[in-house]
Amino acid sequence: MHQYTRAFGHPSLVTILAKFFGRIVEHEINPFEDILVTVGAYQALFCTFQALVDEGDEVIIIEPFFDCYKPMVKMAGGKAVYVPLRPRVGGGKVLSSGDWVLSAEELACKFTPNTKAIVINTPNNPLGKVYKKEELQMIADLCIKHDVVCISDEVYEWLTYDGAKHLKIASLPGMWERTITIGSAGKTFSATGWKVGWAIGSGHILKHLKTIHQNSVYHCATAAQEAVAQGFEREYEQFGTPESYFQQLPETLHHKRKKLASCLEGVGLQPIMPEGGYFMIADISSVNVDLNDSSAQDEPRDYRFVKWLIKEKGLATIPVSAFYSPEHSKDFENYIRFCFVKEDETLNAAEDILRKWSTGK
Amino acid sequence: MASRHKHSKRIEGLEKNVWVAFTSVAADPSIVNLGQGFPDIPPPSYVKEALAKAASVDRMNQYTRGFGHPSLVKALSQVYGKVYGHQIDPLKEVLVTVGGYGSLFSTMQGLVDEGDEVIIIEPFFDCYVPMVQMAGAKPVLTPLRLKSTGKKNTTSADWVLDPDELASKFNSKTKAIIINTPNNPIGKIFTKDELQIIADLCIKHDTLCFSDEVYEWLIYKGHQHIKIATLPGMWDRTITIGSAGKTFSVTGWKLGWSVGPEHLIKHLQTVMQNTLYTCPTPLQEAVAQGLVRDYELMGRPECYFSSLAEELQGKRDRMAAILQEVGMSPIIPEGGYFMIVDVTTLNEDLSHMTDDDDAYDYKFVKWMIKEKKLAAIPVTAFCGEASKKQFEKYIRLCFIKQDSTLDAAETILKNWNKV
Repeated sequence: MHQYTRAFGHPSLVTILAKFFGRIVEHEINPFEDILVTVGAYQALFCTFQALVDEGDEVIIIEPFFDCYKPMVKMAGGKAVYVPLRPRVGGGKVLSSGDWVLSAEELACKFTPNTKAIVINTPNNPLGKVYKKEELQMIADLCIKHDVVCISDEVYEWLTYDGAKHLKIASLPGMWERTITIGSAGKTFSATGWKVGWAIGSGHILKHLKTIHQNSVYHCATAAQEAVAQGFEREYEQFGTPESYFQQLPETLHHKRKKLASCLEGVGLQPIMPEGGYFMIADISSVNVDLNDSSAQDEPRDYRFVKWLIKEKGLATIPVSAFYSPEHSKDFENYIRFCFVKEDETLNAAEDILRKWSTGK
Repeated sequence: MASRHKHSKRIEGLEKNVWVAFTSVAADPSIVNLGQGFPDIPPPSYVKEALAKAASVDRMNQYTRGFGHPSLVKALSQVYGKVYGHQIDPLKEVLVTVGGYGSLFSTMQGLVDEGDEVIIIEPFFDCYVPMVQMAGAKPVLTPLRLKSTGKKNTTSADWVLDPDELASKFNSKTKAIIINTPNNPIGKIFTKDELQIIADLCIKHDTLCFSDEVYEWLIYKGHQHIKIATLPGMWDRTITIGSAGKTFSVTGWKLGWSVGPEHLIKHLQTVMQNTLYTCPTPLQEAVAQGLVRDYELMGRPECYFSSLAEELQGKRDRMAAILQEVGMSPIIPEGGYFMIVDVTTLNEDLSHMTDDDDAYDYKFVKWMIKEKKLAAIPVTAFCGEASKKQFEKYIRLCFIKQDSTLDAAETILKNWNKV
């Protein structure tokens, strides 16, 4: 277990991943042809972009996006084309990540003869949106029409709340052969420091990711893969039962999510309830504080607010405009992102800070 | 199938790989595997224990610092500070990567551009060429040549560079030269004079040097490993690569490192943050613990860096004796854990293997795995097209194997001519 294993994935791990996910997508997955194990989902994304994107290719990225997609597309010589999720207009307050949607027309017009791929992330970081079947179908229709590859980052696939159902775009008709689905042991088993991820897709595309992998890192750590394989073996048996970690983790996080949301409401920060993932964004527009930073007037409001929050209140968050392209970030400077996969002690400390703030301290 | 799902240009022609070709075949347990370079001897127990301990600490299972776990980069800067004889900044002059392989990749991607030329000395660890190509650059090969010594037993020291031939490979497009000392597959340890010749050329042409020193501790008696980065004028233009896998006999841990000046390392760090971001935490913590332990013992026989070399010297000598007994002439390596041997003395007629245009050594190894149940690696996997004729008579054997494996190899070789 301390020596090299199979380059494209430790046999016991790819075997159980094929079995596990084959059952979910209802499509046989060949463990040796259709799976590549990588150093975290991060490296799976890297292999995907390097294997498929050439100079001049366009890659559609849905905003807000996990920040690495942009430099990875760039490093592959590709051109990122952005299309934002926007809060639905009309019909009351926007309170859930489900209310953030794509405009069908806006999305369609981003596809050109140069479009090589589209990147989707569901559940989404930072928003927490869990794409519905109709939304995935709309994207799938365009992929098929324009013969485009779909890169689906599903690292938070087990973290959905309030009955939201995670759906794999690869399971829609015509999509298996053009989709790379990316997953993460780090997010699955709350062991981010293990850096074990995978790309699953039809062998004829996967083989190109393997070429990148064999010319960049070649192998992933054996022991970590063996341990993840054992984790999945157990979960395969427990799947759907209360003993399943994939059920227990979202249940635990559900409470934390609720707790954080009510604390935020207490200080006038408007949370957007995430349907999935472990992040929550909050609207800071109704918070009236003197940010006291005349030297940083050019910086986006959310960046300035985050710095103020760290300095004045000792609470660290991430500005959401960091997850947007330069062309759209101006429209989204009023949100900050909180992470709630934290132990109760941490959340209680945050609650204290927010309570003191709301009572004027 | 949709025509637009074809691959990017950068991987054109890079699909084939000698390891992918031979490792699965050799994985059959009935085959005595002296092929792929991994130990079948156990790693030191304190290193395994350190991993178990690290994994039991919750925090150690979450993300650590992207460019290298703090305790690991600190330990590396201590060990190498001592070796280099000058302070090494753990945060700015060290990058932890996914094996030596990952360091090579980060170096190529960070420093080599389209149109650059990179000099590679043959025989070379096979990944150098595709990595240079993937960076859009052109590999320029220059061979080590066996000088005739009149001696019966050749050693890796008898394989030398022709200084004029080497000098002729440098031009204004040359971005870097890659050296590997101790060398895989031959086992050559470049002498100070040889390194000086290379250093002089690097300085004259303002070229970078990528020094793959993963086998740096595996040095046999009478030899000394010298770091080219310690020669005058070289620290500022050299990236030196090391490996936990080779250092602690844990190839499956896939941790390595690049050491060099800040102005070069920062570019490797940029590549790291855009490729895989961070390496696994518990493994890094365990390697750090191992290094701290051995740092205290450096220079003493109990230090693993020394004790492993001593253990391997015995195996090297045994492997050589086995081969000599059956009439072969192995090239005795000065370092590393591979030995190459000329198999043409066995006079195997492989003309029946006409189905592919493999070089002789590829044919020989395939035949040997099938007929003799002994696996090795063909040495032309480590050279370019033009040098194939020079190297196709050699196969590479890995001797970091337990006694029972070497016993089994001995039996096969002794019974070679028996049907």
